[in-house]
Amino acid sequence: MTFTKKIRWITLASLPAIFIGAFFYWPLIRIFSHALGSEKIDEFGALLLSGSFHQIAWFTVWQAALSTVLTMLLALPVSYLMARYSFRGRRILQILITVPFVLPTVVVAGAFTALFERFGLDGGAFRLRHTVWALLAAHVFFNLAIAIRTVSSFWSGLDPRIEEQAKLLGATPGRIFRKVTFPRLVPALTAAASIVFLFCLTSFGVILLLSGPTRATIETEIWRQAVWRGDIAAASSLAVIQLITVLVMVFLMNFLQRRQSVIENRTNWVYEKPPRKFLAGNIVLLLVVVGLPIIVLLERSIAVGEGYSIQNFISLADRVALVPVSALTALKNSLFFAALAAIFASLLGGIASLVVVHGRRWISNLFDMSMMLPLGISAVVLGFGMLIALDTPPLDLRSSWILVPIAHALLGIPFVMRTVVPTLRRIDPSLRESAALLGASPRQVNRRIDFPIALRALSVGAAFAFAISIGEFGATSFLPRNPDRLTAPLVLFRLLGAPGEVLRGQAMALAVVLMTITALTVILVEGSFFNKGTTRSDF
Amino acid sequence: MQGSSSGPISLNVLTSKNTGELGPPCRAERVAVAIDFHGGATDPLEPELGNASGGREMKKNLFFITLLIFAITVTACGEEENRTITLLTHDSFWISDEVLQEFTDQTGTKVELQMAGDTGQLLASAILTASNPAADVIFGIDNTFLQRALDADIFSTYESPSLRHVPEEIQLDSKHRVTPIDFGDVCINYWIDSFDSDLPAPESLEDLIDPQYYGQLVVQNPETSSPGLAFLLATIAEYGEDWETWWAGLRDNGVTVTSGWEDAYEGEFVAGGGDHPLVVSYASSPPAEVIYSETPISSPPTGVLTDTCFRQIEFAGVVNGTKHQETSEALIDFMLSKKFQEDIPNSMLMFPASTDADLPKIFSDFAEVVENPYMLAPDYIEENRNDWTERWTEIVLR
Repeated sequence: MTFTKKIRWITLASLPAIFIGAFFYWPLIRIFSHALGSEKIDEFGALLLSGSFHQIAWFTVWQAALSTVLTMLLALPVSYLMARYSFRGRRILQILITVPFVLPTVVVAGAFTALFERFGLDGGAFRLRHTVWALLAAHVFFNLAIAIRTVSSFWSGLDPRIEEQAKLLGATPGRIFRKVTFPRLVPALTAAASIVFLFCLTSFGVILLLSGPTRATIETEIWRQAVWRGDIAAASSLAVIQLITVLVMVFLMNFLQRRQSVIENRTNWVYEKPPRKFLAGNIVLLLVVVGLPIIVLLERSIAVGEGYSIQNFISLADRVALVPVSALTALKNSLFFAALAAIFASLLGGIASLVVVHGRRWISNLFDMSMMLPLGISAVVLGFGMLIALDTPPLDLRSSWILVPIAHALLGIPFVMRTVVPTLRRIDPSLRESAALLGASPRQVNRRIDFPIALRALSVGAAFAFAISIGEFGATSFLPRNPDRLTAPLVLFRLLGAPGEVLRGQAMALAVVLMTITALTVILVEGSFFNKGTTRSDF
Repeated sequence: MQGSSSGPISLNVLTSKNTGELGPPCRAERVAVAIDFHGGATDPLEPELGNASGGREMKKNLFFITLLIFAITVTACGEEENRTITLLTHDSFWISDEVLQEFTDQTGTKVELQMAGDTGQLLASAILTASNPAADVIFGIDNTFLQRALDADIFSTYESPSLRHVPEEIQLDSKHRVTPIDFGDVCINYWIDSFDSDLPAPESLEDLIDPQYYGQLVVQNPETSSPGLAFLLATIAEYGEDWETWWAGLRDNGVTVTSGWEDAYEGEFVAGGGDHPLVVSYASSPPAEVIYSETPISSPPTGVLTDTCFRQIEFAGVVNGTKHQETSEALIDFMLSKKFQEDIPNSMLMFPASTDADLPKIFSDFAEVVENPYMLAPDYIEENRNDWTERWTEIVLR
């Protein structure tokens, strides 16, 4: 590497580092040092020893673990279906699975509540409302997509001939799964499980809205301490504990991901038609877990009075006196922010991925881990951190709308990286070798092989960043904002915040529009243009 | 941009500096960032094998695009309108555009709104930024949190002449660090059709622990909800030391608790599709049911139990350390003006603090004006709030 090349490389690599340093680590350092001076160390210790903390910590870990196990159990059969069979409606199924992941929590909570009412599960012996079960169901609903995407894309790359040989040798299907398939799937399963666990560990709205007021997790406790009690010190102590837990998780995840980055055979295995019972079983499963809440939501959006109408959708353009902007304006804001967030995330995430793949080992590890952490930090703490850290020029951003796409990009970058890094890592070396043999220079190999593949992965990552930004509520709600720049999920929450059927109807219609945009994004990503079998997301 | 992406692009960003109170119009500084794109015309999707420098150019472009975005990021924050003051408030704040425009017409100063989330977030962010305030005026801290704001010393004193229209009993700070702007009453709402002569609607707090109303009431957790806290305070104002006994009775009478107003009213209450006919909400909720009804209705389907109300008063104050003291004071005066005050009911579903303001018809018709609401002194609330809510949690939730 020549000197100038090296300089350029370092400059490039420093961009994502500066971004995440300025907008994530600096605010965190500021809020922690503000809240946790040296005299607070004793309080910190007392907190760790207190009974109520143990209770909260135990519930946090327990619900996350159970949610993860349930999600993985449901994800297994669907992943198998997606990995091994081709059938009509496969793509619709894929979209259906992915949409929940980016739906705003408020909407999902509303849909679940409506669902419980519809089936009489809101009271009596089979009460689901305000129980742990409601919480678990919602976590499965949200996270099934990640689990299925990760596991099925890995599964489809595994050579099925090994299973076939085992079958010829007389092994039963159960035995084949236990002895042949499962061991090979372990890396993908553990990677998926750890990211689902991470999300459930730090989930906020679902806990608050669905599990009832008696159950607190570390995340909701941080919010209660900071916002309702004004005790930033207690909130920060809890946030530090959460951050350490997340750090350990990310470390573990990294370790597992590295282990699985073996090069798999990318031959496209001939798809066969699935057995009908298996297909039907999967579809019923998905309909119950994922479909029902969505159907209830659709129904609520068109229910007007005793009948149905599209009135709620038409009224999205009207401004309600209580809310600063119309739902339509909010949608435009959201689209704009999402586009910016996707650009930030894909550029910076793309660069960071290059660093992770090509950089020295320690730099690679450092980048990989530090870019993941925003997924695990309490939005309340980060929001307050930004407030006190970004208060001096040139970074006096406290009153700037740009904070919203920046915060969304922080959440999008890990997704971009989880898509681009594994794709770059598993570009088949034989492709490169053949190109080199045919006389292509290393640069040409880069341009003709690596670059187009990386670009496709980048587009997929960008689309995910876009979809995440569209539905993001938690982090946005803790950032200061200008009324003209309210995002759609914030307006949706405002609409649900006052009495009246019209407001509720508009909120539901807005939720459906958000869901549709998400679905369209997913269609674009999964569509033939991008999906040439070279991209895979690990999340 | 049409055609190709190559060629020089220059980005002109107008930044202006605010030069203070009533000074001359500020000097505009023109910052020109010229960015040159070389060779950006090559389509990255169809690379030409012969162009050996392509890969390098791409990286270069990527670098410059990122640089451009950073330039925008950094300069976007520098944009500031001439003569602007910032009003920091909570998410529920809204006032008609033409009302704020009138303030701009009168004073030549634009009001920029910043929303910080709910009341708790508003107060927490105001206290966190006290040493380098982001706003000139803060609106929306209510009497249940007032003392915390006063203790943190975030407001400076200002006694508005318009206070003569504001009743003494809602002017809670004798030093005038904060000025009352509006108020609302947190009361039990009931679904009218759920009650009849056989089972008349309850009237008092005492009725609510009567077994004939078993399982009918939804309240919010006072640790996570503002109306929930207000209702707890109402019971403390009524029963004093004995409030715990009353709540134990309510727990045994099957009370439902939610985290926030949204899931109580929109989830559990009949109006939102639930099956509980009694809910903690506001005295202004019935008119909202009329205004936002899908089919025109002549009277609200809900009513208010006027003997269960706690009065929430929202205050505005000039931020300690503002560079725009006079204009900020003018904004406080303006918020008490007839025009602003009369816009409050429809925009925020609250009652104007000024007796000078007339209520819109829908409010005078359907909103109950509560005669003797419960109230508690802000310092008394602040002193005991955490103990009360902790005790409440032990009694009701455990």
